[in-house]
Amino acid sequence: MPLLTQHTQDENDQYCLVASLDNVRNFSTILKAIHFQEHATCFTTKNGIKVTVENAKCVQANAFIQAEVFQEFLVREESVIFRINLTVLLDCLSIFGSNPMPGTLTALRMCYQGYGHPLMLFLEEGGVVTICKINTQEPQETLDFDFCTTNVISKIILQSEGLREAFSELDMTSEVLQITISPDKPYFRLSTFGNAGSSHLDYPKDCDLMEAFHCNQTQVNRYKISLLKPSTKALVLSCKVSIRTDTRGFLSLQYMIRNEDGRVCFVDYYCSPDEDIPEPES
Amino acid sequence: MKCVVMGSNVKVLGKAVHSLSRIGDELYLEPLDDGLSLRTVNSSRSAYACFLFAPLFFQQYQAATPGQDLLRCKILMKSFLSIFRSLVMLEKTVEKCCISLNDRSSCLVVQLHCKYGVRKTHNLSFQDCECLQAVFNPASCPHVLRAPARILGEAVLPFPPALAEVTLGIGRGRRVILRSYQEEEAGAQVPPVPGPTDSTVKAMMTEMSIGEEDFQQLQAPEGIAITFCLKEFRGLLSFAESANLPVSIHFDAPGRPAIFTLEDSLLDGHFVLATLLELDPHSQDLGSSQLHRPVPQLQGHSTPHQDDFANDDIDSYMIAMETTVSSEGLRVLPSVTLTPGPQRHCGPGPHSEEEDNDEAEPGPVPGTPPPKKFRSMFFGSILDPIHSPQGPSPVLAEDSDGEG
Repeated sequence: MPLLTQHTQDENDQYCLVASLDNVRNFSTILKAIHFQEHATCFTTKNGIKVTVENAKCVQANAFIQAEVFQEFLVREESVIFRINLTVLLDCLSIFGSNPMPGTLTALRMCYQGYGHPLMLFLEEGGVVTICKINTQEPQETLDFDFCTTNVISKIILQSEGLREAFSELDMTSEVLQITISPDKPYFRLSTFGNAGSSHLDYPKDCDLMEAFHCNQTQVNRYKISLLKPSTKALVLSCKVSIRTDTRGFLSLQYMIRNEDGRVCFVDYYCSPDEDIPEPES
Repeated sequence: MKCVVMGSNVKVLGKAVHSLSRIGDELYLEPLDDGLSLRTVNSSRSAYACFLFAPLFFQQYQAATPGQDLLRCKILMKSFLSIFRSLVMLEKTVEKCCISLNDRSSCLVVQLHCKYGVRKTHNLSFQDCECLQAVFNPASCPHVLRAPARILGEAVLPFPPALAEVTLGIGRGRRVILRSYQEEEAGAQVPPVPGPTDSTVKAMMTEMSIGEEDFQQLQAPEGIAITFCLKEFRGLLSFAESANLPVSIHFDAPGRPAIFTLEDSLLDGHFVLATLLELDPHSQDLGSSQLHRPVPQLQGHSTPHQDDFANDDIDSYMIAMETTVSSEGLRVLPSVTLTPGPQRHCGPGPHSEEEDNDEAEPGPVPGTPPPKKFRSMFFGSILDPIHSPQGPSPVLAEDSDGEG
């Protein structure tokens, strides 16, 4: 039994949040998928932890780590909210190195006493324990994208493999990424309009990559490429991605990430469309 | 123009683009009747490369739609390269590549048909339209080395990645020597023989020696040595290695361009690299006295100050290029001729003006100094100055009537 999980009930009582896991990478990997801003807000309920990062009031990323991912997960209040420097948190979580030697696992015990207290991290590897205290910050209100399933116009589920290359090759000289989803050809098209010219990437609707394709109405939306590019981090880790757009053109990207234990975690991206209404495709 | 490349040939095409991208920032794409030509030249015009893919390389090849003129275009290397960036991806996922060029859309369309029916369409805007052709003739070079690319590739492998130039020569016992070129620091006093002074001795010198038996052809005297840029050479070798082709190196005295050629039934490649003109033959001496030949005009092989150009007869060492004006009269059409040789790639395009020059004798061609600060790498050209079609500004348009 790892050193860190041997704690008495009394010790636990002073904390409003206690979470332990044998393999810290199951937690840090998911956080890396949303690490495109310095600060993150953590919401904790008995179901698990949701970590939220936002940028430019236009894009929001949420990482969900369910309680089941942890070996021990105690929440004494209905919800525990704090804001934290995500860069520092990730640095602490990888304090024993981000690529551990095979066979060695870093165990984590994470405790939080409540408002005004630091987040305590106890990390243990091979009998060596590191204790980190990270100051927490005043939680800030996060955006509500109001993305309702009922307003969804189109939904695509793709094997991430099919999108990975497309995102890594995005022409970053293009200001926008245009997403066309249509019941007829070209079905699902990603377009960029860069300095060198335009590029279109078309996916047929019935191929092995495409697990689901639902669309009744052609929709063409543009999103700032600089806002979408950070989602590549989650895409690279994921095995499947769900792409949805709603009546307002808001985009939801849901990434399914399988951690080292084989458990599934989800990372969500929401992005608002670019204001300019695109002209019809020629 | 329309052509279709299938399967593994897509990767060959991609590899060629990779090796061209080591040289120039712009890619000249020209569909000719005898194949598709891809060319580039570096900004200082000390390196030129050209690939010609024969019609048989393609599943379908149409140089021009009937009734249309041959089009050629110049595109940014970066944007073309980005299409072929990942060779692993090309190999794994791309099944077919269609390249088409037409007047109406005024863009070069590159379409990749990938696995799972995914289709990538790149519409690249292009500039028309220069015919780029360096003046070179492998047949006029007295010395030839020919070896499998693997032999040469392995020989340059140990050189540090940052090494700029490499010296190739014939040493004692007719062994072929490749040695890291030691560049004197700018402004440093150069002793006649490298001594243990800080300015001339680098931490490490690497020398590879290859036996004569590894070469398919070795026609060069002992003691001859030329120095050229390693980066471009590596680019060529990586292509030749992947295509499993032998490389022929045609060269002359130091300071004259070296011509590297690859040939296959489906494609051929020519790289023309400037070679350094040695100030001090001792410093790169490969163990023979043969190098003690009179050294032409250039006074140093480092030109740290732009002013130095004024003292040198630089015009004699520029790549030979020429300019014509297209029928529209507005476009800039620097085109360059080739002396008669086994590889004449000029198509039936507007070349009438150049025809005379094809008969030219080797000789220097005037040119402008390069736009950038430039090491001492200039092309020795083989055109006679009298026949030089070009004033001292080979890149800028000459106000001529054109060919109509």
